[in-house]
Amino acid sequence: MALRTRGRNSGRTSGRAVTRTPRDTAHEGFLAHAGYRWLKVAVALSVLAVAVYVLTDPTPRPNGGTFAGYLLGTIGAVLIVWLSCLGLRKRIITAGPYSLKAWTSAHVWLGLSLIVIGTLHTGFQLGWNVHSLAYVLMMIVIISGLYGIVVYARLPAQMSANRGEATQPQMLEALRALDRQLDMAAQPLGKDETDLVRLSLEQCDVGGSLWERLRGAYPGCGNGRARDAVQGLVNAQMRVGKPDPRLTQILFLLERKDAALAQARRHTAMKTRLDIWLYVHVPVTFALLAALVAHVLSVFIYW
Amino acid sequence: MSERFRIAIVGSGPAGLSAAAHAARLGLSHVLIEKTGHLSDTIYKYQKGKHVMATPSQLILRADLEFEAGKREAVLGTWDSMTAAAGVNVRYEAEVKSIVGTGEAIAGSVQRIVTRKRDGTSDTTEVQRMAPPYRMTLANGDVVVADTVILAIGTQGNPNLMGCPGGDSAHVQYQLDDPAAYNDEHIFVIGGGDAGIENALGLAVDAAQGNVVTLVNRSAEFSTAKDANVKALMAARDAGRISIMAETTTRAIEPGWVVLDTRDGEVRARCDRMIARMGSAPPRGFVEACGVEFASSDRLAFPKLSAVFESTAPGIFVVGALAGYPLIKHCLNQGHDVVEFINGNTQLKPADEPILEAKFVGLPGRRSVAEWLEYLRTNVSILEGMSALQMREFMLDSEARLYRAGEVVFERNAPGSSLFGIAEGQVLVEVNAADASVTVPLGRGAIFGEVGLISGRRRGATIRAASDCVLVEISRTAALKLMSAVPAAQREVTRVTTERSLLQIFKAGLTPADLTDVIASAKVETVRAGQAIIKEGETGDDIFIIQSGSMIVEKAIGGKPVFLSYVPAGSYVGEMAVIDGGPRTATVRAAVKSDVIRLGGAQFRALLGAKPGLLARLREDMASRTQLNNFIESKKDSFGGVVEMYTGVANFLVDNGVGEATDVLLIDEKLCVGCDNCEKACADSHDGLSRLDREAGRTYAHLHVPTSCRHCEHPHCMADCPPNAIHRGATGEVYIDETCIGCGNCQRNCPYGVIRMDKVPPKKPWLISWLLFGQGPGPGEPDAKWLKAKAKPETPKKAIKCDMCTGQSGGPACVRACPTGAAIRVSPEQFLSVALMDRGGE
Repeated sequence: MALRTRGRNSGRTSGRAVTRTPRDTAHEGFLAHAGYRWLKVAVALSVLAVAVYVLTDPTPRPNGGTFAGYLLGTIGAVLIVWLSCLGLRKRIITAGPYSLKAWTSAHVWLGLSLIVIGTLHTGFQLGWNVHSLAYVLMMIVIISGLYGIVVYARLPAQMSANRGEATQPQMLEALRALDRQLDMAAQPLGKDETDLVRLSLEQCDVGGSLWERLRGAYPGCGNGRARDAVQGLVNAQMRVGKPDPRLTQILFLLERKDAALAQARRHTAMKTRLDIWLYVHVPVTFALLAALVAHVLSVFIYW
Repeated sequence: MSERFRIAIVGSGPAGLSAAAHAARLGLSHVLIEKTGHLSDTIYKYQKGKHVMATPSQLILRADLEFEAGKREAVLGTWDSMTAAAGVNVRYEAEVKSIVGTGEAIAGSVQRIVTRKRDGTSDTTEVQRMAPPYRMTLANGDVVVADTVILAIGTQGNPNLMGCPGGDSAHVQYQLDDPAAYNDEHIFVIGGGDAGIENALGLAVDAAQGNVVTLVNRSAEFSTAKDANVKALMAARDAGRISIMAETTTRAIEPGWVVLDTRDGEVRARCDRMIARMGSAPPRGFVEACGVEFASSDRLAFPKLSAVFESTAPGIFVVGALAGYPLIKHCLNQGHDVVEFINGNTQLKPADEPILEAKFVGLPGRRSVAEWLEYLRTNVSILEGMSALQMREFMLDSEARLYRAGEVVFERNAPGSSLFGIAEGQVLVEVNAADASVTVPLGRGAIFGEVGLISGRRRGATIRAASDCVLVEISRTAALKLMSAVPAAQREVTRVTTERSLLQIFKAGLTPADLTDVIASAKVETVRAGQAIIKEGETGDDIFIIQSGSMIVEKAIGGKPVFLSYVPAGSYVGEMAVIDGGPRTATVRAAVKSDVIRLGGAQFRALLGAKPGLLARLREDMASRTQLNNFIESKKDSFGGVVEMYTGVANFLVDNGVGEATDVLLIDEKLCVGCDNCEKACADSHDGLSRLDREAGRTYAHLHVPTSCRHCEHPHCMADCPPNAIHRGATGEVYIDETCIGCGNCQRNCPYGVIRMDKVPPKKPWLISWLLFGQGPGPGEPDAKWLKAKAKPETPKKAIKCDMCTGQSGGPACVRACPTGAAIRVSPEQFLSVALMDRGGE
C-alpha cells in the first residue's frame, strides 16, 4: 500500500521487529579469537608441512625445487601476500560484515606458521643469494611481529593504569598549565633563580629523542636540573633559617611538573613501544615482497 | 500620552515582524513594540555569521517578509530593509509592563492565576477579564491603546536584572556578543551558570587581551552548570587566568568600582565592566496577567488558543514560539495569518493545510481536513479534550492510516515509542509470544503502544488489524504534548499502562476485572537516580512495577553493598515480602530517574488468595532470584575480591549512564592498543566525522566507557529539537536526520557529551591514492589544516552523533574495525549480569 511506505527519515519506525546481526559481545582478545580457531589452523598447517617434508624422500636432498618444495613454497608465497593485505583491510572501511579482530588473529597465527613452512621450503640450504635474502627478510618480519604480539599483550593494561582517566591532550595541557604557573611564580625572583625556572620552561622536551623514549631516561631534562638546583638553594637556605616562600613555591611546582612529566613520558614510552616495531615490520614486508618476486622470477627464468 | 491603534504587536521576532509587515501592507493602523533598540532580538543575539536554517522545507512561506536559509547578517539585513520599505510603525526601546482591557467586565470570564512558591505552596488570584480595547502601559510610563493585541514575545523571557544600587549603570550589561572586543579591563561576571562561566572563560582565554576577569557566584557550588564548564573554569582559576569569588553577592555598583559582600566581609574592587548572567524570568507570569490562560500548570505548557490564535482573553492573539511554534517559517506564516484573521478573513486556510491534506489522502470517506480532525477527536477517547488548533498541531506530528484486516501494525520487539489510537475498527493484541492465536481485542477509542511510549523499550506484543481500521499513530513528542495539555489523557494513559503491565507480567489467566482493587491502590511515583524504593531489612509489602528507567538490586554482604542484578523497565520488584511476609531481603534503588507504579501489598495479597496460579508463577520467579542471591553469597565466601570487583564494575557502569542505555560502546583497556582505528572507521563510514572519542571518558578496572552515544531509552537529546529531527530507527538507534537546523539544543541536553556540532567536510581522495601518492589526509578524520584548505566556509554546522551504523550490513564500524577485540557494543541486560563476575576473576 503506497500510503504506508515511509522513508527512513519520516520519523516513524516501520513497526517491524528487525533482528540485529548477532554480535560478538565478549571481550575476547585477538589471540583467543573464536576459541583459538586460527591457532588450530596454523598448527594443522605446520603439521601438514612437517609431514610432507618427512614423508617424501627426494634425491639428492630436500630442496625448494622438489614437489614438496614447490608445494610449501606456493603455500608460503600465497600466505605472505595475503598477510601483507592486513594493512589494506585495516584502512578500507567497507560496510559489509567483517571483523578486523578475526583478520588480526589469522594474521598472527598463520604468520607464525610461516616459520615452519618457510624453513622447510628452504630444505635448510642457505647461502648468499636472493633466495636466502627472501627467507631472512621473512624471518625479520616474523620476529618483529613476535615483539608486536608481546607488547600488544602486555602494554595496554599498563598504559591504561598509567593514564588513569587522563587523555594524552589532557596530560599535555596539564604540563602547559604548570608551565604557566611556573612562569607567573618566577616573576618576582632575581635573574639567577629565573634562569633556573627557564631551564624547566625552555629545555624540557616531553617526548625527547627516540633513544630517550625507549630507555625512559631523560638525563638532560631541564626540569630535573632545575628541580635539583632549586632544591639545593632551598636546602642551603634551610640550614641558615626559613627558606624564601617564593622559592619553595617554585620547588613545589617543579616537583608537580616532574610527576606530570613522568606520567606523560611513561605514556609516550609505551606508545612508542606499541608502534616502533611496525617501522620494521611494514617496510621489511615491502622488501620481502620485492625479494619474493625476485626469488620466484629467478627460479622460473634460470630453471 | 496615549495613542490608539487597530493592532498592537508586542515583540519584533519573526512572528511579530511578519504580522507588522502584513498589517502595514493592508494599511491597518498598527504599532510594533520592541523592547530593545533593534528588530528580532533572539536572532540578533546569535553569534556572528551563524547559519540560520529554513525548515520545514515542505512548508510554503506566505509572509510579506522574505526568508531563506543564510547567514544571520543576511537574514537580519533583509528583514530590516523590508520592514523599512513596508512602512512598519516600530517603537523601539519600549517594554510593555501590563495589558489591561478597558471595556466592560466580561460576564463569567475570570482568570485564575496560580503562583507556585519555592516551598511548594501556591497562591491563587482571580482576575476579572475586561473587554477590549486594551491599554498597554510601557516601562517609561507611556500608554498605547489598541483594539487587538498580538503577543509575539517568544519564550526567552527577560534577563534577571542587578537589583543592587547602581545596577542600572552604563557599564552593566546582560550579554556578551564578542569576548574579543574588550581589552585591558577589570571585568566582573556575575552568575555561575553555564552562560556566566562561558562568558568568563571567553574573556580570559587570550592572555594578550590583558583582561582581569572575576567570576562572582552566589553559592559555593556551581550546581547548575555543566560539568565540563566547571572543570574548564577550575582549570582557568588554577592557571591564574580567572579569579572566582564564591558565596559572594554584589552590594553596590559605582563608576569604575564594585562593592561585594563576601563570606569574610565587604570587598571593594576595580570594575570597568560588569556582565550579569543570572538567568531569565520566563514570560508566563506576564502573559497570564494579561488574561491569557495556559493549557496546564506544566512548565512546558502553552497558552490555550482558538483556531485563529485567539487566546482566552478576547482580542489578544498569541503567535510564534510562545504559542508553541519555535521555527522561523511557522512564525512568519502565523504573523501573516493572524493579521488576516483580525482583518476579518475567516476563509483563510492555515499554511499547513496542504501538509495535513496529504496525511489524509487514501483514507476512506471523503472528508475535509477539518472534518477529519473532528472525526479523530471524537472517536479516539484521549483526544477529546483538545481544541481545534491543538488538533491541527497534534496532527502535524502524527499520522492517520488505514490498515486492512490481518495487516500487522507492529511486531513484538520492534522498536517504537509512538502511541496508537483506534478511530475505527478493531485490532488484536497477540499476548502470547509462543502462540499467535491467543489474542485480546481492542476496539474503537482504545489506545495501544503505551509501553513503548513510556518505558522507551521495544514493543511488548504484536498488534494485528482484526478488521479494516483507521488508526492514528501519535509520535512520542506529540503524545507527551497531548498528555501535558490534557490531564484526562494523562490519567487514561497511566491507567491503561498499569492495567496492561500487570496483565503482561502476571499473565496466568488474569482478566482486567480481577485487577480492579489492585489498580485502585496503584500510585505512580517518580524516583530520582540513586533513591531506594525498597530498603533491605525494612518491613513493607508493596510491589513496584518499573514503568520507565531501571533499578539495581543490592544486598549487604559482610557490611558492604553487593550488586545483585539490574532490573529494566517492564519488570517488577518486591514480591518476596508479599509471599514470605518477612522483611525486605535486598535494597532496590533507581539507576536513573525512573517512574514506578506502587501497588498496595494488602490488595495484592487478596488477589494472590483468589488466584493460586499467579502465586505459583511468582514463586517460580522468586526461586530464580533466591538462587542468584545464594550464588553470589557463595562466591563471596570463596573469592571476596571477585564479588567486590563485580560490584565495583557494575556500579561504575550504572554511574556512567549504562542503566538508561540500550546500546553502549565499551573498551577493554587490557586489549586496547590505542590505534584509534575505531575512530578512523567511524569517520570513514560517516561523511568523514568521527562520532566517538575513544580516549575520553571514564575507566574502572580497565573497563573504559568512551565518549560515545548510549542510545538511551528516553534520549535526552530528543527532548527539545525544534525541527523534530531526532528519531529512533528500526534497530533501536537514535539518529539525527537531515532536517537538523544546527541549533545545538541536543548537544546541550546530552549528559554524556556525545553530540558534536560540526561542518561536514568535503570528500577525501581515494584511499589508494593516499597510500601510493600521499594525496589527501588519509584514513580517519581529516586534520584541521586540510579542512581549512578544502572546506567551504559557508557550510553550516550540524549536530553529529552515532547512528549505530544503520544501513551498514556489518554493524557498528567501531567494533568491526577493532584489531584486538577491545571494542564491543552491548546492552545493559547483556552486560550487567553475573557474567561480569568472570571479568573480576581475571
